[in-house]
Amino acid sequence: MSGEVVFVLAAAAIFGLGVHGLLTAGHIMRKLLALNLMLSAVFLLLIVVPARIDGLPDPVPQALVLTGIVIAVSTTAFALALMVRLFRRQGHAAIHPDVDPRMLGHVTGRTSAGPQEEHDRGSGSR
Amino acid sequence: MNPAVLLVGLVFIPLVAALVAVILPVRFRRPVALLGALAWPLLLVPLSIAVARDQTLTLVFGGWTPPLGIGWRLDALGLVLLWVHALAGIAALPGAWHRFGPKVVAAAPFWPLWLILSTGVNAALLAADLFNLYVSLELTTLAAVALIATDDGIAALTAAMRYLLLGVLGSLMYVLGVGLVYAQTGSLAMDQADAAAIRDVALVLMLTGLMVKAAIFPLHVWLPHAYGNAPGPVAAIMSAVVGKVALVALWRIWFQTAADPPDLLADLLGLVGAVAIVYGALAAYMQPRLKMVIAWSSISQFGFLMLLLPLASQTAFQGAGFHLLAHGLAKAAMFLAAANIVTVLGSDSIRHLPGLDKRMPLEAFTLALGGVTLIGLPPSGGFTGKWMLLTAAWEQQGWFWLVLIALSGLMSAAYVFRILALTCFHPARRAVHELHARPPKITSLAALLLALLAVIIGLYPHPALELLGRGLPGGAS
Amino acid sequence: MAPWLAQALPPAVVLVSTLAALVIFVAGEAHQRLRIWVNLIAATIKLLLVVWIGLAVLAGNTFMFRFELLPGLELILHADALSILFASLSAVLWLVTTVYAIAYLERSPNRARFFGFFSLCVSATMGIAMAGNLMTLFIFYELLTLTTWPLVVHNGTPEALAAGRSYLRYTLTGGVVLLVAMAWLYGLAGNVEFTPGGFLAPLVAEHRIALSVIFAMLVAGFGIKAALIPLHGWLPKAMVAPAPVSALLHAVAVVKAGAFGIIRTVEDVYGLELVAELGMRIPLIAVAAWTIIIGSLLALREHELKRRLAYSTVSQVSYIVLGIAVGGLLATSGGMVHLVHQGLMKVTLFFCAGIYGLLLGVSRIDQLDGLGRRMPWVSTAFTIAALGMIGVPPVVGFVSKWYLASGALAADVPWVVGVLIASALLNAAYFLPLIRRLWLTEGGALAEMPIEIGALSRLALVASAVATAALTVVLGMLAAHPLSPLSWVLEIASGYAPW
Repeated sequence: MSGEVVFVLAAAAIFGLGVHGLLTAGHIMRKLLALNLMLSAVFLLLIVVPARIDGLPDPVPQALVLTGIVIAVSTTAFALALMVRLFRRQGHAAIHPDVDPRMLGHVTGRTSAGPQEEHDRGSGSR
Repeated sequence: MNPAVLLVGLVFIPLVAALVAVILPVRFRRPVALLGALAWPLLLVPLSIAVARDQTLTLVFGGWTPPLGIGWRLDALGLVLLWVHALAGIAALPGAWHRFGPKVVAAAPFWPLWLILSTGVNAALLAADLFNLYVSLELTTLAAVALIATDDGIAALTAAMRYLLLGVLGSLMYVLGVGLVYAQTGSLAMDQADAAAIRDVALVLMLTGLMVKAAIFPLHVWLPHAYGNAPGPVAAIMSAVVGKVALVALWRIWFQTAADPPDLLADLLGLVGAVAIVYGALAAYMQPRLKMVIAWSSISQFGFLMLLLPLASQTAFQGAGFHLLAHGLAKAAMFLAAANIVTVLGSDSIRHLPGLDKRMPLEAFTLALGGVTLIGLPPSGGFTGKWMLLTAAWEQQGWFWLVLIALSGLMSAAYVFRILALTCFHPARRAVHELHARPPKITSLAALLLALLAVIIGLYPHPALELLGRGLPGGAS
Repeated sequence: MAPWLAQALPPAVVLVSTLAALVIFVAGEAHQRLRIWVNLIAATIKLLLVVWIGLAVLAGNTFMFRFELLPGLELILHADALSILFASLSAVLWLVTTVYAIAYLERSPNRARFFGFFSLCVSATMGIAMAGNLMTLFIFYELLTLTTWPLVVHNGTPEALAAGRSYLRYTLTGGVVLLVAMAWLYGLAGNVEFTPGGFLAPLVAEHRIALSVIFAMLVAGFGIKAALIPLHGWLPKAMVAPAPVSALLHAVAVVKAGAFGIIRTVEDVYGLELVAELGMRIPLIAVAAWTIIIGSLLALREHELKRRLAYSTVSQVSYIVLGIAVGGLLATSGGMVHLVHQGLMKVTLFFCAGIYGLLLGVSRIDQLDGLGRRMPWVSTAFTIAALGMIGVPPVVGFVSKWYLASGALAADVPWVVGVLIASALLNAAYFLPLIRRLWLTEGGALAEMPIEIGALSRLALVASAVATAALTVVLGMLAAHPLSPLSWVLEIASGYAPW
């Protein structure tokens, strides 16, 4: 019984660390590490909580965790690849949600005269 | 033959097509993907007949019952969303075909990913147990993130990254909830035999996780950038189904898995929906870009779908389900039209919109028709959904919900008419600003047809309402 | 009459102009000749259809088209005498206004869009006229909002856009109020079609307060388009639209749709007896009377020609509501017939104002000096319509006012006569100076506007105005003829009038 409590407390602590990391980290790599920490906590919990005290371990959660690990690995790999792409494009690997170049109406690499300018020019020449 | 066998095709046709596409050289991927994407919707015809007759179809693989085996089931709600998926997907194909030709670098990953996304969505809609749902949703999210990233701009990559991080966080919370449910009841089925044993903590965890994935306010932060920066066809299919898959899962867990969710929680989630409706519409009104307007409008419209939880009646379910259908079609059509506008103008800043109705009348018309459905003006699919929700609110004397639903149309009108006024009637509309080659006309027509369909279902809503009228999600009454 | 015909004709009336709109939209800007022909042919077909249905209704045929929109929610198009009244007004004025508009917009851009929405707008109006239950009425009422907005903002100037915003704000809010009221009413009464004398009487014992609130909401919702004060704010602003739009909006489509909605609510949903029992009749009369007086006072204050006409509309449309609320054979007839009479007179006035504006650039009242001699035909038409508004016989306005006044006496609300007299005096106060300026004041030489208008177009413009003006006189003199609007309305009112 007491062993179970220890595991659950540990899972909670790891999960909390992960949340903290996810929220405060700037670098995407750190955020991914934090997410992986949280995943570990969840898997730990999944194994411990359903375990029957009376005897045989339940195979179902173990199967679930195995699947979960596979998903976590592939997700992490994919996220890392995405991070590398982002790094190549913008020169650093952090998320700046507020700098969205297209929000300003300019597409990268092309400058266009908007209709307003066209219109102004048109009326000026008349 | 048992029609349930056909369910296999819904998942495996796109999956196998995706695998075939991956091993083939790049120039063959597009036709193979096209075949796959056109093939699976054909199964919906016999499946619709079967569901209309039998209500639900269930399929269990190899005699292995859950929790270790995989079980699938198709009900009316799943069927409705499958149709949205099929129609929006087919309408998006011409645009995707044009944009991701064999010479384009992004075409190599795009086409297999497109099919993987369909696989994930279909599997998630069919999932009959909580864990299977998790796996399918994860597949959907990953494919969607990768599809957003095919745009390769900084904005799109950032949006994809944010979506990925939040999506993983959401599924983490969800899977934690699933684990707790299993610990409490010893079952992973969506129909829990011993539902009373499920604690609120598990329920709240699962719901929160799904709300992140469905972009329900205030967990919506990933959505506007993700939809607003994704390539047009991707934004269309995402807005039509990807968010809604998570929402359907949420409904199912609410009505099916949790036997008697607390009323307080229902009202709270309804209030969250109410705030989402208002906040999303206000934000949509202020956006400087067309695609962002459409994306924020989704957040507002998703708020409606949360109102099902407090209203919780058959009429409300018909209304919400129909709203799902109409909104999916209209929103996909609007994104496809916006995609063409971006292709031609090189930008979708609303400063560039004036005068567009002359150069791209079909797109302007599509936006107008889609907008009418979003506002919920009669006769359109949006109105049907709204009317059913209003009726449901009246039946329960839910005056607050009634007034909210009625007023929401006004808020949607604000952002829709802002766009229309700019596009068609702005003083600067004689400006000449066509910069790029126009995409083929079929792309415009596909979007227009989709928008028309969203209006026409309002004139003939009977089949869908009939299907949705047979019980709450999952068959609970 | 063949049953399929009885089913098909009401939707056909609605769809004729929808079809015309589709052809116009698809053909696009370039095909001017095609557009003109489609417009004229569709308008003529519509008029013929309405006349056909009207004669058949007179002969005792019934027309009914049902379509189940939702479970328990039907789209019903039917044709009763009241439908025909409104439909024939719209059909006649659509034809005339189309001719006028083709000429008026001869050189302006975006005509395909204009005429497309113009046709759709008439479709929606026809739907309102033919609606057989509240839901159908509401659907077409909302469609009317949608289709008139592009016409209001047609010019694309900042003022037009602002007017469009204000228009949407008012009318969509009205739509929301109606929607809530209808959801409530459907919950209480279920799916019920219009019944002369109302169908809510059995519910009154149980839901007295609810029915009163719903009635107030319905009147407010329709009152926004009918421009009841204080819900009239959108109307003067919407004057920035091209003249044919002002003519159509003010004489036929939007304002009348609101008034028509109120008629249906009072007569066919509640029944005037029930309205009186709920204590709503006197307030309704009071609102109408208040709008009549205040609208006239506001008109007096305006120096812009079209704005003065707009406030005059605010005031005049309330005659309809007044007549309905006063009740009784005479007053009800007076109110309903004003639907037609005011439409004809106001359309004439706006036609003339549009011609002055287009050809001479006149927009203010003090610019009217001496125009009588310069444009005798147009000015004569204007004068006739203005005199009719004041209530001078033999123009139609007199007929309405006579019936309203005698109806008020018969229904024992004599103070309404005072309102009518005051209103007539105010009407005289704001119209007579215009007539004086036209004919009796020497004007400065206004330069012709630098717009090239073909001789044929000029003729079409003047002819439309003269034709409607002539119609106001002819109908006024032939009011006793069995096919005149008045006889038609007396027939309708005898079916309603409880007092």
